[in-house]
Amino acid sequence: MALEVTQVLLYAQSIDAATRNHAEESLKQIQEQNLPAFLLSLSAELANNNKPIESRKLAGLILKNALDAKELHRKNDLAQRWLSLDLATKTQIKTSLLQTFSSPVSDARSTAAQVIAKVAGIELPHNQWPELIGSLLSNIHQVETHVKQATLETLGYVCEEVDPQVVDQEQVNRILTAVVQGMNATETSSDVRLAATRALYNALGFAQANFTNDMERDYIMRVVCEATQSSDVKIRQAAFECLVAISSTYYEKLAPYMQDIFNITSKAVREDEEPVALQAIEFWSSICDEEIDILDDYRSEYTGDSDVPCFYFIKQALPALVPMLLETLLKQEEDQDQDEGAWNIAMAGGTCLGLVARTVGDEIVPLVMPFIEENISKPDWRGREAATYAFGSILDGPSPGKLAPIVNVALNFMLAALSRDPNNHVKDTTAWTLGRIFEFLHGAAVETSVITQENCQQILTVLLQSMKDVPNVAEKACGALYFLAQGYEDEGSVSPLTPFFQDIFQMLLFVTHREDATESNLRTSAYEALNEVVRCSNDETAPIVMQLIPVIMLELHQTVEAQKLTSDERDKQNDLQGLLCGCLQVIIQKMGSIEGSKYAFMQYADQIMDLLLKVFASRNATVHEEAMLAIGALAYTAGPNFAKYMPQFYQYLEMGLQNFEEYQICAITVGVVGDLCRALEDKILPYCDGIMTQLLKNLSSNQLHRSVKPPIFSCFGDIALAIGENFEKYLVYAMPMLQSAAELSAHAVSQDDEMLEYTNQLRNGILEAYSGILQGFKSSPKTQALVPYAAHVLQFIDTMYGGREMDDAVMKSALGVLGDLADTLGSHVGPLISQSSSSKDLIEECMVYDDPLIRESAEWAKLAINRAVSAFASIPCCVWSGLGSHHQPYQVLTSPSLNDPTNKQQGHLNANIVSAYASCWLSLINIRNKWSGSVISKWSLLIALRHLKVLLFWVVPCFFALFHIGSTGIVVVSLLFVYFV
Amino acid sequence: MAPPPDRRRPIKRAAISDQQRRREVALRLQADRRSDAQNRARQLASSVLSLGPEPATEPEVEPEQEMSEASGQLAGRSDLDPVRAARLRGPEVRKWFARQLMLPEWMVDVPPSLDRDWYVFTRPSGKRCFVVSSNGTTISRLRNGSILHRFPSNLPNGARTKDVSGPASSYSILDCIFHEPDETYYVIDMVCWRGYSLYDCTAEFRFFWLNSKLSETGASDSPSQYHRYRFNVVQIYECNLAGLQASYSGQVPYVKDGLLFFNKHAHYQAGNTPLALVWKDNVCSQYVLDTDSKGQIPPQQQVVLELQNDGNLTTSDDPPVALGSLSRDLIAQSGLRVGNLVRVAIKDERMRLVDGKLDLGELQLVGKANHSRAFADTYSKVLFQHAARHAPLRIEDLVASIQSNSSMDNSQALDVEMEG
Repeated sequence: MALEVTQVLLYAQSIDAATRNHAEESLKQIQEQNLPAFLLSLSAELANNNKPIESRKLAGLILKNALDAKELHRKNDLAQRWLSLDLATKTQIKTSLLQTFSSPVSDARSTAAQVIAKVAGIELPHNQWPELIGSLLSNIHQVETHVKQATLETLGYVCEEVDPQVVDQEQVNRILTAVVQGMNATETSSDVRLAATRALYNALGFAQANFTNDMERDYIMRVVCEATQSSDVKIRQAAFECLVAISSTYYEKLAPYMQDIFNITSKAVREDEEPVALQAIEFWSSICDEEIDILDDYRSEYTGDSDVPCFYFIKQALPALVPMLLETLLKQEEDQDQDEGAWNIAMAGGTCLGLVARTVGDEIVPLVMPFIEENISKPDWRGREAATYAFGSILDGPSPGKLAPIVNVALNFMLAALSRDPNNHVKDTTAWTLGRIFEFLHGAAVETSVITQENCQQILTVLLQSMKDVPNVAEKACGALYFLAQGYEDEGSVSPLTPFFQDIFQMLLFVTHREDATESNLRTSAYEALNEVVRCSNDETAPIVMQLIPVIMLELHQTVEAQKLTSDERDKQNDLQGLLCGCLQVIIQKMGSIEGSKYAFMQYADQIMDLLLKVFASRNATVHEEAMLAIGALAYTAGPNFAKYMPQFYQYLEMGLQNFEEYQICAITVGVVGDLCRALEDKILPYCDGIMTQLLKNLSSNQLHRSVKPPIFSCFGDIALAIGENFEKYLVYAMPMLQSAAELSAHAVSQDDEMLEYTNQLRNGILEAYSGILQGFKSSPKTQALVPYAAHVLQFIDTMYGGREMDDAVMKSALGVLGDLADTLGSHVGPLISQSSSSKDLIEECMVYDDPLIRESAEWAKLAINRAVSAFASIPCCVWSGLGSHHQPYQVLTSPSLNDPTNKQQGHLNANIVSAYASCWLSLINIRNKWSGSVISKWSLLIALRHLKVLLFWVVPCFFALFHIGSTGIVVVSLLFVYFV
Repeated sequence: MAPPPDRRRPIKRAAISDQQRRREVALRLQADRRSDAQNRARQLASSVLSLGPEPATEPEVEPEQEMSEASGQLAGRSDLDPVRAARLRGPEVRKWFARQLMLPEWMVDVPPSLDRDWYVFTRPSGKRCFVVSSNGTTISRLRNGSILHRFPSNLPNGARTKDVSGPASSYSILDCIFHEPDETYYVIDMVCWRGYSLYDCTAEFRFFWLNSKLSETGASDSPSQYHRYRFNVVQIYECNLAGLQASYSGQVPYVKDGLLFFNKHAHYQAGNTPLALVWKDNVCSQYVLDTDSKGQIPPQQQVVLELQNDGNLTTSDDPPVALGSLSRDLIAQSGLRVGNLVRVAIKDERMRLVDGKLDLGELQLVGKANHSRAFADTYSKVLFQHAARHAPLRIEDLVASIQSNSSMDNSQALDVEMEG
């Protein structure tokens, strides 16, 4: 079999497609027939030094893929499959893998190292293979160099694969010791040193305890810094990568080393090879990231503090750091602007400079201005470009007040440069800088915009002209227009863009038709700018946007009709369809939101819908997503009229909901179901069986990406709110699903922020579902069907409140649900809610919250609960007041004092007697709002007794009996009544 | 040229694509619309004044059927919200609004447990009105439904200014008395707040809400461009001896017109209710005795009653109470029509109780009531006015009632010392 495997593995890499396919098929068959044997043969193949390296590598790769996959559910399946293999097989495979370390072939060793890490990733969390690390480290000092290298590489991979909690500190210490010793300058083999340095990169996450120990930390830092001075460029690069990782993981431990690190990095930036210099710059960018986060936390109105204090490293390094970065800007490459994936020292330096500006704000400006002034007019384009780039980079961070005077001076210069500079790089960067100016110094949020009615026209003229320039410059000009328009989004009818709408649209459409529009992302940029201009249209410019609709539709029509495309053409076609659908979505949203244009727009609705349905024929995920979003917008704008499209559209809706692989489509479709619910309301009912079935399926699937599940719950709420009590038939399916999800999410222990965020999204979805269902059932005779679930809902909120991990959105939704419970179920849950002390505390807490939305939700809950509780108390009265219309009791009470006005004292006495008499048959006296004062005391007594539910069950029969018995029976029955009270 | 590391975005590359932005905008809009839909559901249906079906245009009705028809339509429309109700025309809108106010009965006898179950406050003298703020305007309507003022205010959605919270269409309704001398609305009750109904809440809760919410909005601020009139709350007391004393003789910034008593546990109830009571004497009001159409106090008590089909004259209670009748001849002679409000004088000493019903005996027709009157007098008002002329309920009676309550309470706790 072994021989056979070698051959098949080699065939599987054949250039001949038929041979290759056949071999792949055989591999698959063997795997399916006998997995353990298959895996054993693969590991044997990998370990066998007599086999060709090609088959060994592929054997290792297949082995690796049999242990791990990208998709979470598949990853779990594979792990389970491995764990369930018999012990002997697993042991033999592991032995083969470890044996491979001694192979002289480095590729084989490296492959084995990766496979071992995958096995460790599965087994260590289950407390299996505990001897792995021990056996790897046991003879690290005695073994040959290449085994040592493989061992260190394996340790690195294991650290990458395994969670730090899984490895105990003693083992961590041994790993770190081995790794750091391997990195030491005394290590003679650079292969070993490189492997050790790369291993440290992965092991850093395990070193929490060691970094709090000064001596150990000093040692690690010294070794890393020494490694940055190695003669091997790969080791230097790996060592700087370690420094970058340390800067984000152990920021607060860095202070003692910063001076040395600055010296090392600035030397590397100036003198070392590019891969090393890039990492040295990255170190400073990473420090900026940390300090920006901390300073954001300081400024946050909610926390006002940060777990980690800011050490202001950037501020301190500023006078030396900024000149160093400015130098890098002059090291541009000739074609960097045409290459989208380009990354070089100049780009990294500018990016870092931008981060420094965001970290320190105003302070950077005087340090950069001399550089700009010196270089902006240099004959060498590098000087002009670097100066402009420096200026563009620092526009985000310093205050508008600091920048505006400079920008006001620079603006004309920039516009001239964009029109006339002979160099494309300079024009590219100039257009980009203009975009940054518009983004940060213009718009409703900026107090005094640098853009005025006067200079706006000149700016537009230059920008539109530049759209005819080479693709990369035109692309940046489109980007600049995007931000210029964005500044006017809230402007209403006074936008200075208004007179230019026609010209702008014409130019942008011209750009999308350029032969070279696919270069430099130009077409995408043009459509994005078009979208943004549409977004800032108003009553006045709406007619011009309306003229755009047939144009866009025609373009979309052409892409739909196009046939027999090469795969390259097909890709471009897909991109274009996506852009056109996106553009339609924006137009639909905008025209639907302007009252005056909505009606005119709706005339296009049939045609647009027709086109969008045809677009679904495309198999491209992005196109589907964009078309779905456009349809959601159309549904909202069309309202109930959208019902006529449902018969044709429904199949695509279902397709979207079933698309697990491209889960973004599924998520978007779920959102569109919500749009449809709000648009169609009860007209969505005929489609609900299908939709609910699919949604329930999705929830129970472990293949669907988890991020889609919270929106599905929210969608339940949307459906219930739309179809009201018709949701009843889904309760038996939806409620248990909600309850178990609630259970899970209420008790979820969130190890990290990401998990906490997801948990809160899930909770929010569940609560929105409850709200929708409760509100949907309001005023329905079927409300009773929800009563059995009330206790669980309350308990869910109680548990979350106890856990104290609700974010604002969850808090708001929880308050809403409390109110909805009371509002819909009223007296049925009044006592239940009053008993839940945490709901009361939650409401009281939130009544004084800063966030007005939360405060309002708290008010709603308080009001609704108050109504429910008092409705419960007043039920007896309501029952009585609905029946009969006697007036006598009132008159009986009041007449004596009037009958005999001369004897007032007597009158009052009589009144008291009568009222005492009256109060004993109070059930008779309350008749249609005609309660005499004397009844009230008895009524309040009832309120005090409101928890006696039994009261309810007595009052009603008593009263009906009373009516039938007639007046003679009154006293008897009312005495009975009093007895029961 | 190596690509940039995964986590580092080159500064010249856009932070997010427009596609990503479209996706985010769509999600945000969906979330907003979901919360709008929920808010609408919460506000509309929870209100007693929930939206009913759009009223169909009715055919012209024959004059003689007008009254019964109109009342039938009104019954069907009681579930309109104030915003939609305001679209009704002419008399209908007035009738609708006229029926939304809670009207206190007149206190002809002291309810027991006054000190435990009741609030008391000094009623400002002025025009009782409903103030509705919504969609950027505030409108006050008098008891007869006619508009008093249309103005901007700091009430929620009461002016065309940016209000951060809630949809602009959500309305707030306050029960107020407009006090002319200082041009201030004195708020005596809160019926709806930001779209949430307080009809079903107890007075205790409504007053709590009123006091905490009104101040938040700045409605009590001095008048300004976007806030034409000031809204003030009145000082509300527990109806114990101290509270009664304070409201009866304490200093208030407005002209007093009697005392209002609210039962703490009562819901807001449109129309007449004995759970809110008004009481006056000459100390706390200038207007104890009713005046006639010329503003003079007539020598004989006059009452305004509604003429029914059968010639009976009835009060505005629900159901109406007949207090007397007019002969067909007299009706024909004076050109009265069914539904007219007529002013009649009571011949003294003729009032008596027949079969448990008050009969005013022979009534002397004075004439048609003032045009602005929307309603006949209530039964309790007739009684109170009668008592005021002959044997008024005095402040001492109220005090005595409270004292007897508290002494009853005491007697349960300790032996009463006998002194006499």
